[in-house]
Amino acid sequence: MSDHISKTFDQELDQLRRLVAEMGGLSERMLADATIALVREDTKRAQSVIATDPKLDELQRKIEDNAVLMLMRRQPVANDLREVMASIRIAHDLERIGDLAKNIAKRSLKVQGHMQLGRAMTGVEALSRLAQGQLKDVLDAYAQSNDKGALDVWGRDGQIDALENSLFRELLTYMMEDPRNITFCTHLLFCAKNIERLGDHTTNIAETVHFVVTGRALPADRPKGDSPSDAAA
Amino acid sequence: MSQMAVQDAPSAAAPNKDAKVCIGVKNLDFYYGGFHALKNVNMNFFDRQVTAMIGPSGCGKSTLLRVFNRIYSLYPEQRATGEVMLDGRNIISDNVDINELRARIGMVFQKPTPFPMSIYDNCAFGMRLYEKLSKSELDDRVEQALRKAALWDEVKDKLKQSGMGLSGGQQQRMCIARTIAQQPDVILFDEPTSALDPISTGKIEELIEELRADFSIVIVTHNMQQAARISQYTAFMYLGELIEFGPTTKIFMEPEQKRTLDYVTGRFG
Repeated sequence: MSDHISKTFDQELDQLRRLVAEMGGLSERMLADATIALVREDTKRAQSVIATDPKLDELQRKIEDNAVLMLMRRQPVANDLREVMASIRIAHDLERIGDLAKNIAKRSLKVQGHMQLGRAMTGVEALSRLAQGQLKDVLDAYAQSNDKGALDVWGRDGQIDALENSLFRELLTYMMEDPRNITFCTHLLFCAKNIERLGDHTTNIAETVHFVVTGRALPADRPKGDSPSDAAA
Repeated sequence: MSQMAVQDAPSAAAPNKDAKVCIGVKNLDFYYGGFHALKNVNMNFFDRQVTAMIGPSGCGKSTLLRVFNRIYSLYPEQRATGEVMLDGRNIISDNVDINELRARIGMVFQKPTPFPMSIYDNCAFGMRLYEKLSKSELDDRVEQALRKAALWDEVKDKLKQSGMGLSGGQQQRMCIARTIAQQPDVILFDEPTSALDPISTGKIEELIEELRADFSIVIVTHNMQQAARISQYTAFMYLGELIEFGPTTKIFMEPEQKRTLDYVTGRFG
């Protein structure tokens, strides 16, 4: 794409993209650290995730302020308008991803010292790795305006749902085996749910990237795996 | 934002897909002496729809407007070839009554062009030339035109005062009243708000949206946001060629041609 006649407009768009990329990097790190904090009972890391969340909120506010100012000053159209709208939407999704990672970090502090089921953690870690991979791929797709990359992420969301579902069954089994596992497993269930929700936000970002690149919306019904409630039924 | 959301939004921009063709342009070329100003232009203008013409200076958009009411006929070295069909007649052919044509296709210019006479006489000018109306009929038509031009309430008590004494925005609305008093089919606006302040511009834009109920409108504008706000169709011209024509939402959201995209997003030049 060639440059605008107004160089300041190009600089403002670049700045917006840089801020979104910065938010993306932070939220990726928060999820990775929250998972490590949970699995390794790492209090310091959990607290660092919780402390990072306000930075993410601040970045989101900055992106929204910049985007609103650009709408006012530049009145962008076509792909420029989609770019500005996308920055607002992606910043919102990344902020929610940060919140969910923070929730996992907070919950990791609650399960510390009660790690009676180390093997239960393996599934949560695998689920988180899958979500981290999706998040990384969608942020790459955004940075490269890569529609195919975004569509791949969108199509893979069902894998997270399927893994969460299987984890739900596994944790349910542990709880049925021994009621003393219930508190611990319930915390892990919430962590798994947080990761699944985080995957949904990642898919939202993939939809936004597709919209920026093509100008078209993806179908409303994205590929979904079974939900744990279906499994319970 | 989904496509549906764009289409469902209550906006002036939704085109009426059942609208009939009002002016059909086919293989139109125009020459200022040796200069080829319009090159094989083919497009349709739709009935009771606003079509915005956009493009950089010198691209031919005002020239196209001038073809529609044959202003160029005043200058012997200027000529048009091809077809501009209005009601089954080629209006650029020699056997067209130009006065009658200009009563059917009115034009409003960039700068207000009040005649040095009263507001009433300004509005009645065209009717007095081409129609034989009684005083009461004339009064009715002047009032009707001023009401449609959203000027009546401001001037009803001073119709005998000079039109030159009105503000710029009021003068432009008086010129619009003068145009619509003749009950044309089409109104051509050549940058009608570029000499006006934002309040007057807003009033004219609102007026254009209202006039669409009765007239087909073609507007040349350099203000892209204005084109996006008030038109149902937009045509992008460059160097005498029509590059792209389509529903305004499409031109400003997903143009097909790269040159259109570059122009509407400010990457041109």
